[in-house]
Amino acid sequence: MSSHASPVHHSEAPKGWIRHYIFSLDHKIIGTQYILLGLSAVTIGVILSVIMRIHLAWPNVHIWGFANGVVSPEDYLRVITMHGTLMVFFVLTTVPQSGFGNYFLPIQIGAPDMAFPTLNMLSFWLTFVSMLVLLSSAFVPGGSPISGWTAYAPLSAVGEIAGPGQGLGQTLWAVSIALFCGASLMSAINFLGTTIDLRAKGLSLMRMPLTVWGWFITASLALLAFGVLLAACILLLLDRLAMTSFFIPGGEMVSGVLLKHAGGSPLLWQHLFWFFGHPEVYIAILPAMGIISHVLSTFSRKPVFGYKAMVYSLSAIGFLSFMVWGHHMFISGMNPYSALTFSILTLVIGVPSAIKTFNWLGTLWGARIHFTAAMLFAIGFVSLFVTGGLSGIFLAQPALDLYLHDTYYVIGHFHLIMGVAAIFAMFAATYYWFPKMFGHMMNETLGKIHFWMTFVGVYCIFMPMHYLGYAGDPRRYALTDSVHYLARLQPVYVFISIAAFVTAAAQLFFYFNFFWNIKHGKKAERNPWRATTLEWQVSTPVPHDNFAGHYPTVYRGPYEYSVPGAAEDFTPQDVAPEQVAKA
Amino acid sequence: MVSRKSSAGSSAPAVLLSIVILILVGSTLYFHIAKTWWFPAAITPVGSQIDQQFFVTFILTGIVFVLAQLALAWMVFRYRDHGQKARFVRGNHTLEVVWTTATLVIFVGLGVMAAHAWGEVHFGGPQPGALQVEVTGVQFVWNFRYPGPDGKFGRIDPKDIDASTGNPLGLDPNDPAGKDDIVTGDLYLPVGREIELMLRSQDVIHSFFVRELRVKQDTVPGLVIPVHFTVTKIGDYEITCNQLCGLGHYHMHAMLHVLSDADFQQWEQKQEAQNAQAGQ
Repeated sequence: MSSHASPVHHSEAPKGWIRHYIFSLDHKIIGTQYILLGLSAVTIGVILSVIMRIHLAWPNVHIWGFANGVVSPEDYLRVITMHGTLMVFFVLTTVPQSGFGNYFLPIQIGAPDMAFPTLNMLSFWLTFVSMLVLLSSAFVPGGSPISGWTAYAPLSAVGEIAGPGQGLGQTLWAVSIALFCGASLMSAINFLGTTIDLRAKGLSLMRMPLTVWGWFITASLALLAFGVLLAACILLLLDRLAMTSFFIPGGEMVSGVLLKHAGGSPLLWQHLFWFFGHPEVYIAILPAMGIISHVLSTFSRKPVFGYKAMVYSLSAIGFLSFMVWGHHMFISGMNPYSALTFSILTLVIGVPSAIKTFNWLGTLWGARIHFTAAMLFAIGFVSLFVTGGLSGIFLAQPALDLYLHDTYYVIGHFHLIMGVAAIFAMFAATYYWFPKMFGHMMNETLGKIHFWMTFVGVYCIFMPMHYLGYAGDPRRYALTDSVHYLARLQPVYVFISIAAFVTAAAQLFFYFNFFWNIKHGKKAERNPWRATTLEWQVSTPVPHDNFAGHYPTVYRGPYEYSVPGAAEDFTPQDVAPEQVAKA
Repeated sequence: MVSRKSSAGSSAPAVLLSIVILILVGSTLYFHIAKTWWFPAAITPVGSQIDQQFFVTFILTGIVFVLAQLALAWMVFRYRDHGQKARFVRGNHTLEVVWTTATLVIFVGLGVMAAHAWGEVHFGGPQPGALQVEVTGVQFVWNFRYPGPDGKFGRIDPKDIDASTGNPLGLDPNDPAGKDDIVTGDLYLPVGREIELMLRSQDVIHSFFVRELRVKQDTVPGLVIPVHFTVTKIGDYEITCNQLCGLGHYHMHAMLHVLSDADFQQWEQKQEAQNAQAGQ
């Protein structure tokens, strides 16, 4: 489609600090706001994980901030609940999509802004309020909830008789997530409208950068999945506050109190939650996959190997992601024949992921690799994705999941494939796009130190967890002293914790590198990486309407590197064929 | 900065990456082969089937893991910038078809193979004559109920639940079938006889897990979920709760005692006698 509807054109930023920075309608500022929100969420999330690891390795050590200095079992469960909720929603769902996507989608497609700039601003501030509501749960009577980020009913539905934090804390959690769903739905509409309607002349779908494909398919998933989570949270709030019984069966006796609810199903919560929850993990990883393809190609000086296959596999993953949610529920009491169906579909969804991995390797084959910090993180991603993905093959079979479900094996699996891999993509994106965002370069040496410490560190943290799983170590245990067979695992706990401290400390290199170089870094050229896509053809700093009124025409695909016969080893998308310098 | 005239790229990152990947692959293989932290031996026939499926999966994924990680390390070393021109290749259709098909066959093949063990666990019930034991999870203890000499479980009424007066399960005092029910805090089973556990929960979702049995099943309020197996080895095994159920999740612990037929009958008779005495 060559024509596009005109969004609001403003070639100059609004005056006034509040309209310019706080309630900005500019997708670049909004993207930055989302990234900073994610950065604060991940900081809290990492601190919480450090607390967890101190407690698990040395349960009697006093930690500042806890009553009597000791992490009680309920405190431990509050910490893991907040850690999971913050990381999954406010880091993994937010930064790759709403952060980097908001910033770079319009520029990469040749548009002046997102299709709905006001909606964009509102979705950020709603996300911000959602996070405040979540964090407020720590300060109310009873504190934060203890039901984990998955909040299974009836534990999450029956109120404070089920445990500390299950009163107001759990209600605030549900409200926070409901608000987050609203914000995500708004954002999804924006991404879809923008990508469908605002592409520059000549930018056909099969000429879009894979980052754009990643954001586009992610937005489709978000549009279809977040509504279900919103509904689930509303039903949960009704059960908690309005005496309904969506998730609570009859005859419930909790802490000596016989509840009057009847007719509900705890499994209904799981179905609703995971119908959202599985697409959600792909919402977390699809933008990352797009970013990795993009970065690998740039620093291999080669086109992405199998661009079409990459587009089809992203689409297949997106489509199949709605059909596998039951693999979180093999042991739940769900129909065992359903379990088998979900199992086969889960194994099938592994195929497009494998295709992507082969194509990433294909991109590196025959390359001319430049080891920038961004590239190192992209290469690290491939290794992590292989490891995390293959451990999923065990969990996808119900007969094996039967043993491994809810053990540390699962924690190791999802941290590697979702947490760490996506974080590596976010790091790659940061090192890659920082020069365009801030006009200065990050320090490459610090970036490399950050990479090596983090890459080794995350494997030291999460590989041993697979072995803990083999030994049958259950998840979410505040202490291990009640179960005899856990005693000999304590040295592994200590090893993991020390690795975690070193890895967390390594992130300080990143924080310093990021914040210091916003102002003090070496001044960046317009296109320091000699890349082909449209964001590198606009000036730095990026003009308010991205293209200073001169919207580009696109003549070729996004990864024309080392084209035979060309003088340069990169051919930008918007250079007319007759203008391309020949060798 | 990337410049076209960059000097021969340093091989340091490539070498370092290869070392890290070799250590990763080597240590992973080592800990899996040495079984340093591993499953305890299975004590049920279906457990052995599960272990067999695990082994097949491990071999196949292990091969892919080693090859993929080593391929990554090799690519990164071989194609580091040392002044060469990058190969302008868009892809290879044949390769795409081959690796897609191979992956599909291997992954789905594993799933189909695993279906047999899963079917053993869940697609059919036990033979008639299996020993039935009811398992009830409640924050934060396990209760086990045997039907007693009459072979019938008494009716349960949540209104009658009162752990402090010795009725943690809520046995209806008006139902004569329940008078001889045996309620215990640990699970006693005879070796070599088929067992059917009926899993229940009073309050929130718990999960019954015994590693050696290779049995794990969530206990869901409002449902009664059966699992069946035959134990082949006498011994004491730990029962843990495997689904976050609240504050005391970590100490919701009980013991499974697998006894010889004779010992089990003796234990049963002792329980029945104690029951009868208490009932007087």
